[in-house]
Amino acid sequence: MPVPTPFHSRTSECCTSLLYKDWAGYYAVRSYDTYPEREYFAIRHAAGLIDVTPLFKCEVYGAGAAAFLSQIMVRNIAKLKVGQVAYCCWCDGRGKVIDDGTVARIDDTYFRVTSNWPSVAWLSRFSRGVEVTIEDSTHNIGALAIQGPYSREVAKIVSDIDVGELGFFWTTPSRIDGVDVHISRTGYTGDLGYEIWVDKKYAVKVWDAVMSAGKGYGLLPAGLDAMDITRIEAGYLLNGVDYYNANHCIIESRKSTPYELGFGWMVKLKRGSFVGRDALVVEKSRGPQRLLVGLHIDWDEHAALFAEHGLPPEIASAAWRTSIPVYGESGEQIGYANSGTWSPILKKNLALATVKAPFGKEGSKLRFEVTVEYERRTVTATVVKKPFFDPERKRA
Amino acid sequence: MPKTYDAIIVGGGHNGLVCAAYLAKAGKKVLVLEKQHVLGGAASTDEPFPGFKFSLYSYVVSLFRPHIIRELDLPSHGLEIIPLECSFLPLPDGDSLCRWADPNLTRREIARFSQKDAEVYPEFGMAMMKMAYFVKRIIDAPAPDPLSNSPAELINLLRLGRYLSSFGPDVMYQQFKMLTMSAVDFLDEWFESDILKAPMSVSGIIGTFLGVRSPGTAYVLLHHYMGEIDGAFRAWGFAKGGTGGVSLACGSAARAFGAEIRTKAKVEKFIIKNGSCDGVVLENGEEIHAQSVFSCLDPHRTFFKMAGEEHFDDDFIRQLKRYKLRGSSGKVNLAVDRFPDFSCRPGDGAHVRGDIAIAPSIDYLERAYDEAKYGDFSRRPYINVVIPSLVDPSVAPPGKHVVSCFVQYAPYDIKEGPEHWPERKEAFGDAVVDTLAEYCPTLKDSILYRQIHTPWDMERDIGLTEGNIFQGELSLEQLLFLRPAVGWSRYRTPLKNLWVCGSAAHPGGGLMGSPGELAAKTYLGSLKGPQ
Ligand SMILES: Cc1cc2nc3c(=O)[nH]c(=O)nc-3n(C[C@H](O)[C@H](O)[C@H](O)COP(=O)(O)OP(=O)(O)OC[C@H]3O[C@@H](n4cnc5c(N)ncnc54)[C@H](O)[C@@H]3O)c2cc1C
Repeated sequence: MPVPTPFHSRTSECCTSLLYKDWAGYYAVRSYDTYPEREYFAIRHAAGLIDVTPLFKCEVYGAGAAAFLSQIMVRNIAKLKVGQVAYCCWCDGRGKVIDDGTVARIDDTYFRVTSNWPSVAWLSRFSRGVEVTIEDSTHNIGALAIQGPYSREVAKIVSDIDVGELGFFWTTPSRIDGVDVHISRTGYTGDLGYEIWVDKKYAVKVWDAVMSAGKGYGLLPAGLDAMDITRIEAGYLLNGVDYYNANHCIIESRKSTPYELGFGWMVKLKRGSFVGRDALVVEKSRGPQRLLVGLHIDWDEHAALFAEHGLPPEIASAAWRTSIPVYGESGEQIGYANSGTWSPILKKNLALATVKAPFGKEGSKLRFEVTVEYERRTVTATVVKKPFFDPERKRA
Repeated sequence: MPKTYDAIIVGGGHNGLVCAAYLAKAGKKVLVLEKQHVLGGAASTDEPFPGFKFSLYSYVVSLFRPHIIRELDLPSHGLEIIPLECSFLPLPDGDSLCRWADPNLTRREIARFSQKDAEVYPEFGMAMMKMAYFVKRIIDAPAPDPLSNSPAELINLLRLGRYLSSFGPDVMYQQFKMLTMSAVDFLDEWFESDILKAPMSVSGIIGTFLGVRSPGTAYVLLHHYMGEIDGAFRAWGFAKGGTGGVSLACGSAARAFGAEIRTKAKVEKFIIKNGSCDGVVLENGEEIHAQSVFSCLDPHRTFFKMAGEEHFDDDFIRQLKRYKLRGSSGKVNLAVDRFPDFSCRPGDGAHVRGDIAIAPSIDYLERAYDEAKYGDFSRRPYINVVIPSLVDPSVAPPGKHVVSCFVQYAPYDIKEGPEHWPERKEAFGDAVVDTLAEYCPTLKDSILYRQIHTPWDMERDIGLTEGNIFQGELSLEQLLFLRPAVGWSRYRTPLKNLWVCGSAAHPGGGLMGSPGELAAKTYLGSLKGPQ
């Protein structure tokens, strides 16, 4: 049975819909209202406050921490300056991705790793003889994400430092209402946003401070359904949905390489050895066999299929996570989409799909399955660049 | 004389801008001339008081055609629409009714007034949606013309007829009824509670000089169900940054395709030579020439002021003189220093994040109309209130709000004569604030700035003749192939090279973009050869 997060006393007051889900063993609000719409729009137009406590967190510290993490991550973590955060993935010895997350250099010898799955055991495999301590901190730290165009205004009010100075993918210690916290300019919505990390004992105090600062800026608590729409718009993958942790796969074909997932840019092969490097050298020269791509699903065709039945076009009211077949122009299946959503801000029907590499070029026309009045039909889907939505304010 | 532009568009209303974008997209050299300092006309945003962005006139979006959004890629030009959460009806006795997106919640609310109505309400919505679906076919194409003998026209009409009958006899029957009945009579067939019918009936009178019991008003109800955001046939929304955001997005798309846009450029006259419209003269005397001129203005301005009666035959002029403009609405925008709390349902929750109707009963609405009939504004008017700053922090400083009030009735032709509106203006503003203050006791003390638009102001500022918000009532006798005049519903005019592209053309007023789009497409089609 899931357990409450440190913010539960507050989130449950607001969650009139009683719509929760189990996120990594915690009660997490899916949507505070019956529909996630309002929360979605708060994230995109004002600001949303999301309880992201269930995200796995792991503290890695000690004289050898920087070199140690560089050995495991595909990026050169030792190069991070104090206060810098890196988004990256890590692989098994065969170059198959285990997970993706952020690595924050909080101090010269102190790092915090976030991940979708617990990562202590995996990291510990490589710690023999290294001067490093690895501790799961998931249950000690409450995490809140303030996301949206007005998140900076809200963060400025609550924090005792000049949040305006905090760059994209940087983190800093700060105080909120007398409580020590870390604030990082990170998030999972593809918008301007901040994440606050706080000792669970003071979690509620921080929640209250943020909510009250957000009053003038339309800040609303937002649930995971709203966040899911935004993360797809942002083109972010979800481990366990769009790809699988290599350690959790029964069959080889379910595993993915960073090059398949579009994580190739993170992989620094030239810097010497790290876990999976040799396999990745081979994979890179061979080229990935399949690609995780963004799709625009043609709306006019979609509407026309419904119109054949005299129906208005139907779409899911929230993001979906069922696997949907994707075909080539000649009708053979060449892949599948594991998540997608209607994007209210882009007015486009989006999906994240895994397709055979030759079909993954930008501009490729594919066929996407749609069920219309109990019939399976297809419409055109075009491969497009990710992120689908990439506002300037995210980095500005 | 060398022609400088392929097309000049007179008036940077959203339709003019949509038209410009389509023409420029097709490679035409286009110039838009707008008299105001901001773009958008009836759909514009301005900041008349520091820190507060007012949607000067038009305040909610829903009819804007989704295919135009896609074809012009308006989201990449900044178009963002935030849905309205609720329709809230505060009542003088301290009760209230909210209609939400959540059907169960709505059913429970309505059931407090009538269990039967609560059950029928979704069925009504479904019936209206079906009809709206039919009407949409008509909106997305030039008006079918039953007076034409051309085979293509007849086939087109036949198709529409077959399409309508495919909905079955019920829908057809309802459709015919809607064409003739009053909004109230039509609603009476479905519902018993006045509390529900009153706020629903007002969509039938928006922009017309008619009452909710006047025949023909049922048809306009449909407009409420034609709204389409994200393919969902329901939602109304706020444009981010105010309604002007829609126009600015259209303008930005037009510019990206290469159109030139000038503001503070008032057109004085068309240049007409040998029966052809060759360009325009600006107020400052500048002459600009073009192959074609598109007017986004209402018919009175286009044909009487800009062209001149002498260029048209008697029949055409007679028709246009009968064309009803009769403005009946006003707008009051308030900047307030705190949230206007409604005493019947306190708090700034979801109930106030949509549209708020001051329409407590059908008799109230009829009384409001009675005053207007005899040449006065309503002392206790119908008001449609929105507070967009609750969901869009970009329109007001933190903790402060913008309160937008659309008001009916404010007849253009007050009994003293329209030119006396400036003297009555503040009294009109007071009537609106007094009415609203009965529901929001803190309102009066919180007002930092008040902006009033009477029909007379709208005529002067954005050239809406008689202040009609739709450039001509959306009554049946001036819709479809009758808009703006029989035989001239296809964006051409009797004057060579003069086209119309504003709300005065089919399918009419509202933030749709359709007249602009269809004018451009018809014009571009005509270049390919005879139709
Ligand atoms: C108070 C009010 C509230 C409304 N509320 C809504 C609503 O909530 N939802 C909705 O869908 N619709 C609403 N409408 C209707 C809708 O706004 C209009 O139908 C629509 O915006 C008209 O667009 P248009 O481009 O056809 O014309 P207009 O917006 O009228 O554009 C005409 C343009 O021409 C310019 N112009 C005039 N004369 C000259 C000249 N001599 N030279 C150069 N330029 C000139 C004007 O300044 C203006 O910009 C409302 C209208 C009003 C007035």
